[in-house]
Amino acid sequence: MSRQAILGAIRRGLRRGELPEDQKLGLRARLTAHPRHLIPARSQVPRPAQIALFIRNVEKEFGTVARVTDAAGIPPAVAEYLAAQNLPTAFAMAPHPELRSIPWDSRPLLHPREGRAEPTDLVSVQHGYAGIAETGTLMLPSSPERPTTLNLLCDTAIVVLRVSNVCGPYEDAWDRLRAEPGFMPRNVMLVTGPSRSADIESTLELGAHGPRRVHVILLDDDPAAIG
Amino acid sequence: MLATSPAFKQNATEALGNPSLQKALHRTRPQSSGKRAAAVAALPEFERLRDIGRDIKDHTLAHLDFYLETYADNVERAGGHVHWCSSADDARDAVLQICRRADARTVTKGKSMVSEELAINEHLEKHGITPIETDLGEYILQIRGEPPSHIIGPAFHLNREDWEESFRKVHTDLPADRVFHERRDIMTEARVLLREKFLAADVGITGANFLIAESGSSVIVTNEGNGDLTQTLPRVHIVLASIEKVVPTLEDATSLLRLLARSATGQDFSVYTTFSTGGRRPGDLDGPEEYHVVLVDNGRSGMVGTEFHDMLRCIRCAACMNHCPVYFAVGGHSYGWVYPGPMGSVLTPALIGIDKAANLPNASTFCGKCEGVCPVKIPLPKLMRHWREREFERHLTPAIARANLGLWAWFARRPALYRLATRAAAVGLGLMGGKRGRFTKLPFAGSWTDGRDLPAPEGDTFFARYAHAQRKAKP
Repeated sequence: MSRQAILGAIRRGLRRGELPEDQKLGLRARLTAHPRHLIPARSQVPRPAQIALFIRNVEKEFGTVARVTDAAGIPPAVAEYLAAQNLPTAFAMAPHPELRSIPWDSRPLLHPREGRAEPTDLVSVQHGYAGIAETGTLMLPSSPERPTTLNLLCDTAIVVLRVSNVCGPYEDAWDRLRAEPGFMPRNVMLVTGPSRSADIESTLELGAHGPRRVHVILLDDDPAAIG
Repeated sequence: MLATSPAFKQNATEALGNPSLQKALHRTRPQSSGKRAAAVAALPEFERLRDIGRDIKDHTLAHLDFYLETYADNVERAGGHVHWCSSADDARDAVLQICRRADARTVTKGKSMVSEELAINEHLEKHGITPIETDLGEYILQIRGEPPSHIIGPAFHLNREDWEESFRKVHTDLPADRVFHERRDIMTEARVLLREKFLAADVGITGANFLIAESGSSVIVTNEGNGDLTQTLPRVHIVLASIEKVVPTLEDATSLLRLLARSATGQDFSVYTTFSTGGRRPGDLDGPEEYHVVLVDNGRSGMVGTEFHDMLRCIRCAACMNHCPVYFAVGGHSYGWVYPGPMGSVLTPALIGIDKAANLPNASTFCGKCEGVCPVKIPLPKLMRHWREREFERHLTPAIARANLGLWAWFARRPALYRLATRAAAVGLGLMGGKRGRFTKLPFAGSWTDGRDLPAPEGDTFFARYAHAQRKAKP
């Protein structure tokens, strides 16, 4: 059987048999402790600077950011963004309680449809689980309330993210996710800006297969983060 | 994939005379090292992270059996299936069986070097299943029937006019007189056409940049998003991964990810870094129903514990080839198999045999740049030297080279004579070189002087100069 053949060849190469139980215990302890390695200093800064770093990095990677002070500010922010980009006002929205509780009715021209993204949808609104300031990255774990297709299929991806969910390094975001029931989710996407490719003449062009635009609506829910 | 590595010298000569390839290489060379340098300069911890990356990989490889078993158990726990495959044949069959059980007609594919190694596309086609490459670079290569020439920029060797010509030839449903104003127009055409393929595919095949033991996850890193569409939309997702891709934890993978994009494209982080763990869960509105991992050995376990063990640390960033003077002279196809450049010159002989690939570890100036930029500090020149030793031991070295090495060794074992002979040669050649100081023709050095001048030695040998300086320094 291939499994035994491969493991046997590895053990012969390492000049030993199967690891003794005490050594396995040590390795299992390492897995359980999942120690962090060196974390770059750039994101280890006070909260307001961390948020500023997150925004700067999203923009550096060709994403855009709008900041709102409360949930009531989200529908106008979405409506203005869509109008400015000349986009339709219908969008596919993650069936997430936080998005559901947004007063979309305040902008009757907006047409949210809850569910996964369908091929015909042009705009999606996704729930941002966490932001990672180190590189301006969004963490989008799959769940029934957060379908993966919303990250991928639409030309324009809008992500609503609470400022309190912006972390410094990736490791902080992993810690949050580890604490969730059902960890590890089926799919965890770390998204840094809109889709791109440099396959034609090694020259970067935006809009390969995924969204052409990524717009983050940052909801200021963390007084400590307001600089 | 059939190797043309034995014909490296002929391949290289043709490559040097290929104007289209040389245009592509000249265009790319200046940026390829600059982007990495800028990204590295922006992260003061980068050098220390290289040590950490090396140590993580070393720790994993020293316990590879344990971490592979842990990984496989956790894949199964998450509802996925692991297919252990010793050989390329096993892996091809495993993929075909999964596709057949899924009644697959079309299969979309993300970029995967292991799939090139297995020549999976040919195998599927032979059995009536249509594979569709979805990475932009791989897509055009599939149209043109060419192999990739670079491990992260597969269509590195093509120019814009090649793209336009191929698209016009194949996309015959579109108006023949359409104009591609910019590169983006070419990309948009592929985007629209491939979107239909993503939606229609029955199975999606991706590679894996990492496998995570603690959670049973596979990780893909892309900029286009094609890998994510490939693994999200079809009913079945197959991950093709070689055994050395496993790392223990998310934290370990995260540290390596900090090195990967910076070393590869000079980005701080790639656009999409995606962790997949099993198939669709209760209540999920999307995602594949089945999740399979085809775990490929294909010669790697035979490298464990040998002098080539360190090569298993490779995270396939392509920094070595992006900084290689030989790669930029002859391009990736000259190397004749899946993996070009310095990492290929070490890996290819291990996977297809030194008898077929002996030219590759010799195709190096040993400038050492590859080792200097490797994110996991693989001593690539040293490993190439080990292959040269094996080549010599197995009498694969050409007779004339062996004779010359024998002659050199005879002198080298007689230091006084060696110094005398080298000194005579240096002074003699220096005098012969005259004022011009270079030779355009020299007996026995034709293969050098055909392509460039040979500089004449200036003054004495290193030994003589060194001895002179030592004597002078003494009070």
